[in-house]
Amino acid sequence: MDIDELAETFELLGDWEERYSYLIDLGRKLPALAEAERNEETKVRGCMSQVWLVGGLESDGRMRFNGDSDSSLVKGLIALLMALVNGKTPGEILALDIAGSFQRLGLESNITVNRRNGFYSMVERIRALAAAVRR
Amino acid sequence: MSYGLDSSYPLERIRADFPILAQMVRGKRLAYLDNAATTQKPRAVIEAISRYYETSNANVHRAVHELAERATTQYEGARDRIARFFNAQREEVVFTRGSTEAINLVAYSFLRPLLKAGDEILVTGMEHHSNIVPWQLVAAERGASVLAAPVLDDGSLDFEGWKKLLSERTRFIAVVHVSNTLGTVNPVAEIIREAQARGIPVLVDGAQAVAHLPVDFAALGADFYTLSAHKLYGPTGFGCLLGRRERLEAMPPWHGGGDMIKTVSFAGSTWAEPPYRFEAGTPDMAGAIGLAAALDYVEALGLEQIAAQEHRVLEYATPRLREIPGLRLIGTATGKGGILSFVLEGAHAQDVGSILDMEGVAVRTGHHCTMPLMARYGVSATTRASLACYNGEDDIDQLVAALHKAVRLLRS
Repeated sequence: MDIDELAETFELLGDWEERYSYLIDLGRKLPALAEAERNEETKVRGCMSQVWLVGGLESDGRMRFNGDSDSSLVKGLIALLMALVNGKTPGEILALDIAGSFQRLGLESNITVNRRNGFYSMVERIRALAAAVRR
Repeated sequence: MSYGLDSSYPLERIRADFPILAQMVRGKRLAYLDNAATTQKPRAVIEAISRYYETSNANVHRAVHELAERATTQYEGARDRIARFFNAQREEVVFTRGSTEAINLVAYSFLRPLLKAGDEILVTGMEHHSNIVPWQLVAAERGASVLAAPVLDDGSLDFEGWKKLLSERTRFIAVVHVSNTLGTVNPVAEIIREAQARGIPVLVDGAQAVAHLPVDFAALGADFYTLSAHKLYGPTGFGCLLGRRERLEAMPPWHGGGDMIKTVSFAGSTWAEPPYRFEAGTPDMAGAIGLAAALDYVEALGLEQIAAQEHRVLEYATPRLREIPGLRLIGTATGKGGILSFVLEGAHAQDVGSILDMEGVAVRTGHHCTMPLMARYGVSATTRASLACYNGEDDIDQLVAALHKAVRLLRS
């Protein structure tokens, strides 16, 4: 699933209710992190909802992550994010315009831009991890 | 402007007084139900502030020119207006940036010098962080401690539990008048009576009370009472500490600067009398004038009428919310104010808030700066709808319809 396919799917969905419903479904399909994986180390700074991220660079030179949240909407956003970044090289990840991609999906700013929901912190952490292993 | 006491509540006319309410949000009618966070401002307040800047702005208490005189007259007139509204003497009205700063002022200027190791400061388990943390800061410095009285399941104060915590170690009592999270109206008169019998000074945090019930500072007998203008239809960044004259007179300054001194020399300075002793620097003239205009507005409307309307809407909303499957109200104390805090089973408060937002409903989600209270109820966050004078049954209908959508989306 790449960004073009996603954008197409979101365009087919009519109003915000359908988009939110699809987003929540995506989140439900995302495998939950095990209790042990949700710890202080994997927790991403956020205020209103909790967000965890595991994963990193694998032996094939590509990065793979897994994320989780106690918020259904944020978990849906994480599912989208995983679809965007998983299997890419650190360089490819750094070249992505993640904010622009989410804007293209027409997801309302209140859930994507709200820094308090931890989602943006997750994007920042993924970028930092990619930058750290690129060298 | 006058709204007759005998007529039915003029909701539409009141709404027309608040320009911000006329807009559409996310393509929907705006149902503003986040009034415990901040209330909207009537045109009369916005215009009073504009008029001040357009016609009278100058620094107060300093120059002899015409504008300075006009500004000073309006600014000190606002103090008189505020004093009259709360039945305090004008010297008892200290201008601050809000309730938080007022509490900090008392913590640092009044309590800190008195506090000794082993002393106790008694609060309740339903305090806002701003009525906990300032006390913790001064307590930590002096080896004192902050104790919290228990809260009962319905959100009311466990008054017997509170009394049990009173002892000869209790140096100070700080209590919230109306809980911002639960709406509980605390028995402040009884609390003050018990405290006075033991000679313990009391501060009442009135931030959440003053827009919803009449406060008579002289009759109440609290040593200190704090409020924020922005929760009372006034501007942000302004508020008051109401302090008993004899208390304020005995207190040293907290902030130093211009306007709070009698004389300054390098051998030592002397302080102005209260309230000026606590008002260092150029004050928020427009803030004071804006609050005075807000009080005029509220008085013309009648606080009793506003309270009655909020009560009506609360009574309408409570059973409607209870009908929503999996909804649990947090805070159901008898006689509570217009605050509806709840959790939806299986739904994160942030998701509920986001979905309500898409339906034009503005509520607050989170811990509401009352983390100990969240722990008390075993939740990490609630969704909170809070009422003001311009809310009606239609706002509740919009909230309830949006909540049904949230249930459908988040639990299907």
